[in-house]
Amino acid sequence: MKWETVFKRLLIAMSVALVIIVAGILITLIVQSMPSIKSLGLGYLWGKVWDPVQNIYGAYPFLLGTLLTSFTALIISIPFSYAIAIYLGEYNTRGWLSDLLKNTVELIAAVPSVIYGFWGLFVLVPIVRSLEMKIGVAPYGVGVFTSSLVLAVMIIPYAASLGTSLIRMVPSPLKEGAYALGATRFEVIRSVILPYTRSGLFAGILLSVGRALGETMAVAMLIGNTTTLGNTFKEIFFGPGNTMASVIASQFTEADHTVYLSALIELGLVLFFVTVIINLIGKRIITKYTNN
Amino acid sequence: MEARIRIRNTKSVVFKWIIILLAFMITIPLIVILVYIIKQGVMQVNWHFLTNVPAPVGEPGGGISNALVGSIIIVAMSSMIAIPIGMLAGIYLSENPGTRLAHYSGLCVDILQGVPSIVVGIVVYFWVVKPLGTFSAISGSIALAMMMMPIVIRSTEQTVKLLPDTLKEAALSLGVPYHRVILKVIIPCGFSGILSGIMLSVARIVGETAPLLFTAFGNPYLSTSITKPMQSLPLLIFNYATSPYDDWHNLAWGASFMLLMLVLILNISTKLVTRKWNIQL
Amino acid sequence: MEHSVVSATKFNAWFGDNHAVKDVSIRIDKNQVIAVMGPSGCGKTTFLRCINRMHELIPGTRTEGSLKLYDDEIYTMNPIYVRYKIGMVFQRPNPFPNLSIYDNVIAGYKLNGLKMTKADMNAIVEKSLTSAALWNEVKDSLHKKGTFLSGGQQQRLCIARAIAMEPEVILFDEPTSALDPISTSSIETLFHELKANYTLIIVTHNMQQAARVSDKTAFFYLGELVEFDNTKQMFTAPKDVRTQNYITGRFS
Repeated sequence: MKWETVFKRLLIAMSVALVIIVAGILITLIVQSMPSIKSLGLGYLWGKVWDPVQNIYGAYPFLLGTLLTSFTALIISIPFSYAIAIYLGEYNTRGWLSDLLKNTVELIAAVPSVIYGFWGLFVLVPIVRSLEMKIGVAPYGVGVFTSSLVLAVMIIPYAASLGTSLIRMVPSPLKEGAYALGATRFEVIRSVILPYTRSGLFAGILLSVGRALGETMAVAMLIGNTTTLGNTFKEIFFGPGNTMASVIASQFTEADHTVYLSALIELGLVLFFVTVIINLIGKRIITKYTNN
Repeated sequence: MEARIRIRNTKSVVFKWIIILLAFMITIPLIVILVYIIKQGVMQVNWHFLTNVPAPVGEPGGGISNALVGSIIIVAMSSMIAIPIGMLAGIYLSENPGTRLAHYSGLCVDILQGVPSIVVGIVVYFWVVKPLGTFSAISGSIALAMMMMPIVIRSTEQTVKLLPDTLKEAALSLGVPYHRVILKVIIPCGFSGILSGIMLSVARIVGETAPLLFTAFGNPYLSTSITKPMQSLPLLIFNYATSPYDDWHNLAWGASFMLLMLVLILNISTKLVTRKWNIQL
Repeated sequence: MEHSVVSATKFNAWFGDNHAVKDVSIRIDKNQVIAVMGPSGCGKTTFLRCINRMHELIPGTRTEGSLKLYDDEIYTMNPIYVRYKIGMVFQRPNPFPNLSIYDNVIAGYKLNGLKMTKADMNAIVEKSLTSAALWNEVKDSLHKKGTFLSGGQQQRLCIARAIAMEPEVILFDEPTSALDPISTSSIETLFHELKANYTLIIVTHNMQQAARVSDKTAFFYLGELVEFDNTKQMFTAPKDVRTQNYITGRFS
């Protein structure tokens, strides 16, 4: 009898531990950002200058970098994710060819981020560099654009596998009703399947964005690591930059005074909130979907 | 009418081929990257490479033994932390679905799964590295364990939920105490599902770098002490790839090859195990 | 010999290796209600779905033999065109959930990208809903979504949707098996009115329904068409012993 109660209490304790861990993360982030929050206030978020030497910290360049890389990656990845989802969900749901595609997509997700970065550094960067010379921007090779390309490939699997499951769940009677009225396959996809899965596919996009926002290593290796902003859009987009995640990775161990470190952690706090909210919204939409 | 139908049919066929083209384009980056890494890396791998630590800059040769050993130790420790906690929490969630604790705990699992890996690293820095006063392998393992847990929890929860109630009832009706029912009946029956979740979580963290940047930190020497900094494969790759030295680049290629092979093997094995259980993660 | 609307000659269909429809030959005349009956797995639904080429949507299926709509081979025509001419109503009502009643009726036209004037569309909607005996009940809520309708009303909406395309033949796959008795009887009344303009082929499990609504009945067993005759004749003096057994309830 005694062991039973111990075990049951253990189960409860482990679940409580989870809550404690998450609460702990939040508390640590807030406490450690305090010095920066206190001395810099809210202006920190739109400050454009990040100069640790002079103790000036503005997060704007990194917010911009994060937004640019994530959304560019998203836009590039969407056609491919959707195509994979439609192919695997509707055109070819089983057989060796669809297994091949499914496994390829899963392997893309399995390759470690640091390997994407390494490869990108040695293969993609020279290519982008010559491209940049052709279009007349400074040929850094590294930068927002390059990171977005690699990031796009890395996030395709998320929306693709979610989309595939959703499209497979469209009830047959609905599709058959449309076929029986003389619709072509394209028309059935366009007017029955896509409207039916609309909000689920949107959740897939949210989850892709959440993933892109938190991606650190490949971006850190490919984004060029500067803290200043260019002047024109072309400069910013094709030039080096930084995201919230990558600047933390590259400067954390160099941060020698309190406010510096705290400013970096404040970035982590913002990143935490944004990714958590996006992920939770995405998951909520999906559970509503699968329970329907 | 006939002409209209022909146009619509053509549209449908064109659309199908556009979809196929876009969908299969994803194979291009995979093949390109795999081929490149294998090409650059396989030449580096030999016995010397696997059994020596990196040589100082300028000296040829050297290897990645410190990273290999380090990865194994760190991942093993993470698993020892994450697997028990994860399985127990997963069992609680599947056995007590309506409770408030299950609701909040489940929410926290979802949150934890979404936390960026670099943030986990920051937090563990303050929890373990600062109090201990040094970077350490154990702090790295703790960080990685936090990333493993959501996957282990969800797969355990789903596996147990899929088992028929009659199984538990049969055991209980024989007078078996609850903890034995779980440990001796439920878990063994759901073994392959739980195992595949574990393997998936290991495959996920074996390639993680960000959480280790300020916890395990890396070490140019072979170390087995868990309270000292330790090297791991992804950390070595990151540090050496971004260095300006060709020798170190070569080491990084070799290490990338090893890491890639490891990840591929883990993923393929997981698939073989998952075949029985269709776990949605 | 009257000109048959649908005629099959030694028609066969397979699901992979499963020979579901065997050498079926039948001539169906215009403006009649044909009931198709038989025990589960006898091939009746498969045969029905071959007529409007829905069977081939399932992978691994194939067909052989002649199946004609008037003088044209159905399997050499464009399947989209076939489905214009031959409509279908399914067992479970399946109105499009995201469309209003109005849009559901006109869905066949909209889905196929046909452009029409508002006046034309209104006319089609009203005519179809009237023919389906649903107009009076929904004429004031045409722009609401169809999901608030009862099962019987939803099924009549699906019938209206099929009629809107002005097909030659309407196929019904156990159309009332998911409905309550009152809805069932209102749809059976509808069959009687519809046959003036269309030819109806109805697969049904319900012998009493077949006896009530059909002019002729086809009896399928194990993939073969065993007997095809006037309903009255079939039910009072069937010619084949298998038909006899089915009707008297030996197997169903």
